Amino acid sequence: MSTYAKKQGFGATLWDFLTTVDHKKIAILYLIAGGFFFVVGGLEALFIRIQLAVPNNDFVSAGLYNQIMTMHGTTMIFLAAMPLIFAFMNAVMPLQIGARDVAFPFVNALGFWLFFFGGVFLNLSWFLGGAPDAGWTSYASLAVASKGHGVDFYLLGLQISGFGTLIGGINFLVTIINMRAPGMTYMRMPMFTWATFVTSALILFAFPPLTIGLVLMMFDRLFGAKFFEVSMGGNTIIWEHLFWIFGHPEVYILILPAFGIFSETFAIFSRKRLFGYSSMVFALVLIGFLGFMVWAHHMFADGLGPVTNAIFAVATMAIGVPTGIKIFNWLFTMWGGSVKFTTPMLYAVAFIPSFVAGGVTGVMLASAAADYQYHDSYFVVAHFHYVIVGGVVLALLGGTHLYWPKIFGTMLNETLGKITFWLFLIGFHLTFFIQHFLGLWGMPRRVFTYLPGQGFETANMVSSVGAFFMAAGVIVLLINIITTSVKNVRVGNDPWGDGRTLEWALSSPPPFYNYKQLPLVRGLDAYWIEKMEGKKGLTPAEPLGDIHMPNSSFLPFMMSFGLFVAAFGAMYHGEHGTWAFPVLFLGLAITLGSMFLRSVKDDHGFHIHKEDLMDDDEKGVKA
Amino acid sequence: MANHQLNSGNPRVDIEYRRKKNAEDMRYQIVSFSLMMFLTLIAFAAVAIKGFEATFIKPFIILLAAVQVIFQLYYFMHMNHKGHEAPKLFLYGGVTVGFTIILTFTTIIWW
Repeated sequence: MSTYAKKQGFGATLWDFLTTVDHKKIAILYLIAGGFFFVVGGLEALFIRIQLAVPNNDFVSAGLYNQIMTMHGTTMIFLAAMPLIFAFMNAVMPLQIGARDVAFPFVNALGFWLFFFGGVFLNLSWFLGGAPDAGWTSYASLAVASKGHGVDFYLLGLQISGFGTLIGGINFLVTIINMRAPGMTYMRMPMFTWATFVTSALILFAFPPLTIGLVLMMFDRLFGAKFFEVSMGGNTIIWEHLFWIFGHPEVYILILPAFGIFSETFAIFSRKRLFGYSSMVFALVLIGFLGFMVWAHHMFADGLGPVTNAIFAVATMAIGVPTGIKIFNWLFTMWGGSVKFTTPMLYAVAFIPSFVAGGVTGVMLASAAADYQYHDSYFVVAHFHYVIVGGVVLALLGGTHLYWPKIFGTMLNETLGKITFWLFLIGFHLTFFIQHFLGLWGMPRRVFTYLPGQGFETANMVSSVGAFFMAAGVIVLLINIITTSVKNVRVGNDPWGDGRTLEWALSSPPPFYNYKQLPLVRGLDAYWIEKMEGKKGLTPAEPLGDIHMPNSSFLPFMMSFGLFVAAFGAMYHGEHGTWAFPVLFLGLAITLGSMFLRSVKDDHGFHIHKEDLMDDDEKGVKA
Repeated sequence: MANHQLNSGNPRVDIEYRRKKNAEDMRYQIVSFSLMMFLTLIAFAAVAIKGFEATFIKPFIILLAAVQVIFQLYYFMHMNHKGHEAPKLFLYGGVTVGFTIILTFTTIIWW
């Protein structure tokens, strides 16, 4: 061991993270980058709420409000929620299936850097003439007519980060299909791994429509095509279809991993096997499948016709059934369990009523006839914030507390964690519950201000106050993270004491090769089984031997950086052709050159030798 | 673990069985290849011979093409062999999603 453990300076650590292909370090990168964009998106949310706190406010202008609103949605979905989910998938999933890494470690790093540069590109729009201002859905007629380069930043930035997400999803699929430890059958996989699997399948099928939509709109805006221009024979509705064929599965891409994190949390802190495991798997797959059959419910008010609306309304309501199965299974998991209310468990328990509220308004919105009333009002805003904040964000915060020891080897402070939880939960309901009523009273969404005397003042003020509670909760979390990191009290394998799945059998954080010997999985909750039989560790499935590991590489960074450079060239070629074309070709040359280098250079990785893996006492016995 | 060579040098590989299996596969491939040739001829004939309406020819050729894709996947790309369950699942999953999208587009956008 001693040959691999060495103290590093800051430069060496930075280089290590820039070149890493280790899934645990990539998880940390996703966590940091996603956390940063979460704070950026949160600040944008605060600006929105400050602007709307009082009527006729002029904190921001109408144009700037549109930019802030667009970037809040885009940032939170693509640059905060997705990468944070990828952080947990990367950190936990390979450990849960007993693998040493994902199937393609190099591609994993490439996925992160593509996301990162796409996100940076998108946010540079703030400093380069204005951010996108056509809403996160960027409906074609509005977006194509948008002045300036804002929407171009949206198109190119999301295209680049979308590539990253797509290859990340494919990587997880291959990993779960091929790299499960001996004995880890599909029906013994932990729920979070199942959620990762179904989510990755959704990514595989949902992202290509987005890519196509973005390409079409990019051609419309940058290269004079007319795909969405009705006067030239195009069809503006096709963008809406392509966007929502992606967009609806996207919300399941966000919520299914949240379900996975909560399933783990309920089982761990109820100290009971997850109730109805096989029905949970069935519900997960069914939600994933139905997720592709309902996209037109976002377009009820388009005038698709009563038959279409009815079909999509019924399909949408059907999703309530598997979701209900999951809710009851979580309740029955807690029933009769010896429940410990730790911070992650508080998030999980609070998630159930919050998410059910969001689900109920979802079924209300799914009734096409009623939707004409709710359409484009704050009721819709309240609905999707209840499912995304009440579901996804609670899971991400709960998951941060749950998996922090496994990722960093230290335990977040429980008292501060509970303060964060209560501040955030109260703030969340304060902000969004009242918005249901604002919508029903007639306040339209996406407006930058409203007039006094319409009865919206008090409710909007309440909503804005709630937003600051959430901000305070996040600040306490950041303080918690800093103090925990400074104190640096190391914890053992299973710091919660009731870990059930394989990851809790490893040290915190795990060694870079994860498993010295691949574990033998003898049932669901493999580590729990071993603990119940009084064993300290896992049963090995193989003798100790050399481990083959991949080499670090700087090429993923360069490939993504090339696309980042090329995107500037593509965007400015219209008015600055003299320098924009060279920049476009330079960027593509960097990307293609890095890909060429990757193809011609043989990189066989390295082996960790058996002797280095043996503990000193093992050597003593065998020597 | 340590680099075991699982595919070669194994004394228990039954060469006779392999040979028989390969011959059988080859027979299937030739049969499906001649069928595909035949289907292609029919497709050309449907266009060349006068008297068929375009409304018949188009779906007919698409149907023949679908059959050829299945032959291609199952016999030439060995999807009929064991161990292809996951690719099959995702292939059919993709086909289902794609079909739903095309069906919706043809019925509510391009009608």
